[in-house]
Amino acid sequence: MSAMTTVAPKVRGGLLDPGQWVKSAPSALRKLDPRLMWRNPVMFIVEIGAVFTTVLAIADPGVFAWTITVWLWLTVLFANAAEAIAEGRGKAQADSLRKAKTDTVARKLAKQDPAIDSPKVATVEVPAPELVRGDYVLVEAGQTIPGDGDVVTGIASVDESAITGESAPVIRESGGDRCAVMGGTKVLSDWIVVKITAEPGKSFLDRMIALVEGSERRKTPNEIALNILLSAMTIIFLLAVVTMQPVAIYSKDFMAAAPDSAVIDGNGVTGIVLVSLLVCLIPTTIGALLSAIGIAGMDRLVQRNVLAMSGRAVEAAGDVDTLLLDKTGTITYGNRRASRFLPVPGVAGNRLADAAQLSSLADETPEGRSIVVYAKEAHGLRERRTGELAHAEWIEFTAQTRMSGVDLAEDAGVHRIRKGAAAQVVDWVRASGGDPDPRVDELVDRVSGEGGTPLVVAEHRDGEAAQVLGVIYLKDVVKEGMAERFARLRAMGIRTVMVTGDNPRTAKAIAAEAGVDDFLAEAKPEDKMALIKREQDAGRMVAMTGDGTNDAPALAAADVGVAMNSGTSAAKEAGNMVDLDSDPTKLIEIVAIGKQLLMTRGALTTFSIANDIAKYFAIIPAIFAVIYPGLDALNLMRLAGPESAIISAVVFNALVIIALVPLALKGVAYKPGSASALLRRNLWIYGLGGIVTPFIGIKLIDLLVALIPGVA
Amino acid sequence: MSATTTGVVFIAAMLVALAATYRPLGDYIYRVVTRERHFTVERGIYRVVGARPGTEQNWAGYAKSVLAFSAVSIFFLYGFLRLQEYLPLSLGFPGVDPYVSWNTAVSFVTNTNWQAYSGESAMGHLVQAGGLAVQNFVSAAVGIAVAAALVRGFARKATDKLGNFWVDLTRITLWVLLPIATLGAVALVVGGVVQNFTDVTQAATAAGDTQSITGGAVASQEAIKDLGTNGGGFYNANSAHPFENPTSWTNFIEIYLLLAIPVSMPRVFGRIVGDDRQGYAIVAVMGVLALASVTAVFGFEAMANGTVPQAVAAAMEGKEVRFGVGDSSLFAAATTLTSTGSVNSFHDSFTSLGGGTLILNMMLGEIAPGGVGSGLYGMLVLAVITVFVAGLMVGRTPEYLGKKIGAREIKLASLYFLVTPTLLLAGLALSFAVPSNLDSMQEAGPHGLSEMLYAFTSASNNNGSAFAGFGANTPWFNTALGLCMLFGRFVPIILVLALAGSFARQRPVPATAGTLPTHKPLFVGMVVGVTLVLVALTFLPVLALGPLAEGLQ
Repeated sequence: MSAMTTVAPKVRGGLLDPGQWVKSAPSALRKLDPRLMWRNPVMFIVEIGAVFTTVLAIADPGVFAWTITVWLWLTVLFANAAEAIAEGRGKAQADSLRKAKTDTVARKLAKQDPAIDSPKVATVEVPAPELVRGDYVLVEAGQTIPGDGDVVTGIASVDESAITGESAPVIRESGGDRCAVMGGTKVLSDWIVVKITAEPGKSFLDRMIALVEGSERRKTPNEIALNILLSAMTIIFLLAVVTMQPVAIYSKDFMAAAPDSAVIDGNGVTGIVLVSLLVCLIPTTIGALLSAIGIAGMDRLVQRNVLAMSGRAVEAAGDVDTLLLDKTGTITYGNRRASRFLPVPGVAGNRLADAAQLSSLADETPEGRSIVVYAKEAHGLRERRTGELAHAEWIEFTAQTRMSGVDLAEDAGVHRIRKGAAAQVVDWVRASGGDPDPRVDELVDRVSGEGGTPLVVAEHRDGEAAQVLGVIYLKDVVKEGMAERFARLRAMGIRTVMVTGDNPRTAKAIAAEAGVDDFLAEAKPEDKMALIKREQDAGRMVAMTGDGTNDAPALAAADVGVAMNSGTSAAKEAGNMVDLDSDPTKLIEIVAIGKQLLMTRGALTTFSIANDIAKYFAIIPAIFAVIYPGLDALNLMRLAGPESAIISAVVFNALVIIALVPLALKGVAYKPGSASALLRRNLWIYGLGGIVTPFIGIKLIDLLVALIPGVA
Repeated sequence: MSATTTGVVFIAAMLVALAATYRPLGDYIYRVVTRERHFTVERGIYRVVGARPGTEQNWAGYAKSVLAFSAVSIFFLYGFLRLQEYLPLSLGFPGVDPYVSWNTAVSFVTNTNWQAYSGESAMGHLVQAGGLAVQNFVSAAVGIAVAAALVRGFARKATDKLGNFWVDLTRITLWVLLPIATLGAVALVVGGVVQNFTDVTQAATAAGDTQSITGGAVASQEAIKDLGTNGGGFYNANSAHPFENPTSWTNFIEIYLLLAIPVSMPRVFGRIVGDDRQGYAIVAVMGVLALASVTAVFGFEAMANGTVPQAVAAAMEGKEVRFGVGDSSLFAAATTLTSTGSVNSFHDSFTSLGGGTLILNMMLGEIAPGGVGSGLYGMLVLAVITVFVAGLMVGRTPEYLGKKIGAREIKLASLYFLVTPTLLLAGLALSFAVPSNLDSMQEAGPHGLSEMLYAFTSASNNNGSAFAGFGANTPWFNTALGLCMLFGRFVPIILVLALAGSFARQRPVPATAGTLPTHKPLFVGMVVGVTLVLVALTFLPVLALGPLAEGLQ
């Protein structure tokens, strides 16, 4: 696993500056096209209403008619602008990606045979967009890789910053799990032959541009369901408003003495007022912001360097019940570290620590470094450098000897110290004429039993028998804060399962320390697959991360499969998200973003519905109190007059869209917690807030509107 | 005791009686609809109607059976009414005219029992007992069966089977409605309700005139009228008639009977889905809405403005002196909160706001507690919509009892809620557009508007009660209200069964801490809120021009 990298967010999150509204204006106007509008039924109705009132206002102009007409158009424009702003943030990113997609020329191998041992072979120059799947291309230092593919020959360092934002180059080589390369990235050294795996126009970069631009955005399942509910509510309110007319005509006729006005006359409620009432009642707030919420949700993932292949996957992330987390790199640092020295009885602790440190100075593996550091931290032994000890002969660690150490030429003769795998070191002791203390075996067993890895330290002085000094306890170190993160996930109802190749004993010890709910030990890819199937059969949604080709089937089977960018193209094809930072812990953030997306929709829907109460109490008395003065009792806000009441409701309805755009883009505040706690919190804020806010807002607007000359 | 105290005691006693009924009756109905074994009597009936009790039906099959059974019922009842003069025990009454026959046949089969006729002067014994009373049983059984099918949809997994309609219909009629109605009838007879098959008695009145007094199987019909939330009275005056409802005691029994099954249905729901708490939550929503409504009606009636009401300390016009305001208010609220529609007082004479509350009760879709079966399924559809919004707010794809609410489910639930407002508002608006219809109103202005609004609300929601005085017996209203009753009953049933089918197909999602709890007070409150905002407010414009215009002066 590559180390965690922090990338500066490419797009500013959250706040909006007025400039964005101005910039989105042309796009908002273009979106008035009915062929685009009808995709959003709620706002389409508002647009039709606005056209209708425009006609009425032209036919019979007046301050009231024109004020309503202008604000209805503004309502539609605000909704379009919200969407345009959400899209605009993606566009900024898409533009920077496009720069990477310059018209590269590919050097296709003349003989389509990748088995070459030097870059000096015949190649044909082909424009990159004309490459097809299966072509072999040669890329040398300084050239841009023309398309997505796998390295089949060679090894090279590649600069992927154009796509990932990570400036440190990565190594890509044939075979294994680091063979995938992306079009648009640059080879810095050496040369490679790449087998193209993506069709032209469907490369990772193309998909990414399409995703961040939102051009390929399809409605997600929950969004479709919500749209149906909103459409049904729109129909009900349409019905309520239309059927009110004959009843109103009858009532006006019955109370013939009631004066005609711009609100109601002998022909019933005027068209402008009917449209105003309808627009205020139908769920315009959520209708206006729904697509912006969806786009912004994807955008929040992109800001965290995660690419979701579909909105569906983001939504599914919110539903996840079980997280499969690889132990190495996700839960633990991936490198074992020295955590204790266990001397054989009779050997002083410091003597063992000193020997352990000396023997590890030439061991450049992370384990070796950790021993040097631990000796310094726990025993106060200054870290010595290989150069500062005279007469020392360093023995480096190799995979064959599985030992490292040092031979020190001292006055009394050569002092040899060795450290390494238990069996090898014990053999060395025997070969050096020593007789290993049988208690060493006990120590070795104990360390294994606790989930650690034992290394044995021994020394041999000229003229003495070789002897074992003790055991180094190497431990898989669990990352800080993991236990708290898992506890939070548990509170959200998400079960974490640690997947590891370790034996069950070791796995259990680490699982307990990390605080995961369950573990899968000695896991083979097929075991992972079986676990996913089992969870899914029980009705649970599963998320996992993976990078290797052998992870691909499981990534494809999981409901949310996050492939590491460092992984193979097979893994990236199989998953439905790619993490450009290759950070497996990000899965937890992805889940949070998925939940936040759904919560934002739910909260704004609740707010929108709750708003209706105040609007009813503004408009109904405004229309009918002329006929039946008693109905003025419903005018709870004591609004100045019928026309100003209706204008105020319409204006509030439009302004609330603007006011909520930042919330739609940022998402509602999300603190992990139980469903009960989340519901209580959101219901208070958006339910109660949705009831109260419009009462205050409409009243305040009315105080201003009543000052307009010509408004009754 | 003052009238108010009496009323409060009466209402409190009813609450206690219903609370005591909830578990035993719910558990009993649960056993009836879930029992594996078929009794011999049942097998006999299945053989006669040609049903195969071992085969369960999918939602479409279930719906087809409901529709076929109801179509045949309407056809037979229509024939019965038209051909009355040729049938025995007709008491010499002629055949019923085609418009009234159509309206009455639809009305009784849809569990509405809107009556465009006067029972005692139009229907003989055979039609009353063999036609109308039979429908009182089976139309109620249909409602409970559909509710059972919906609940099975929640409880089952990965199947398309919802049960067998003929089995449900037979068992509910035989083992739930018949025995309880019998007990109820006995109790009513003991309380003084008439039960005979005599001819019309000619009595000499003190003033020297003769009066025709029609007796009949009143008590038996009265019991199922209330138990099955039917509401069709033997007499035109319905439960205000002393032969149907002579005392405060029989009044208590009648109100109890009409509330008993609807109140216990959530228990059946809780039992079948295997979580009693879910049942308690649903009954709590019903209880909150019902108590609020009863309090409002009682309050408006007891504290009525106006010279005469203040002189007698309450709005007594149209109420029987033997019942008073408390008994009458509870009866009126209960009959409109369920789909019963029987009356022991004239709703037309209630105070404007009291009468408006009765209209609102029906407008809510009769879910608190609603008709037998229909109340539960109406409430569950509302719960589904609430879960959808609430579920999004906790950051998950909404699920109710482990079943996900996706596009298909929300489509069906939304359509369900479009049906009644569409029928009600379209019917009302069209009726106002035809000037001759205005003659049916007893008074012009807001009160007349309330009368017509009441009629369409009652028919579309299958209630059956009316603002007396409204002349509904015209070809237009018989036809229009008949259509409202028909579509208001069967379109929702089809949608509910489709919803049940789509829930049954799903595998349940196991509950975790991240799952929205649907048994807690917070959820109960939210369902109440959604009901009031989404359903009740839709009708605010028409209510404003009717009861509110009249009442807020």
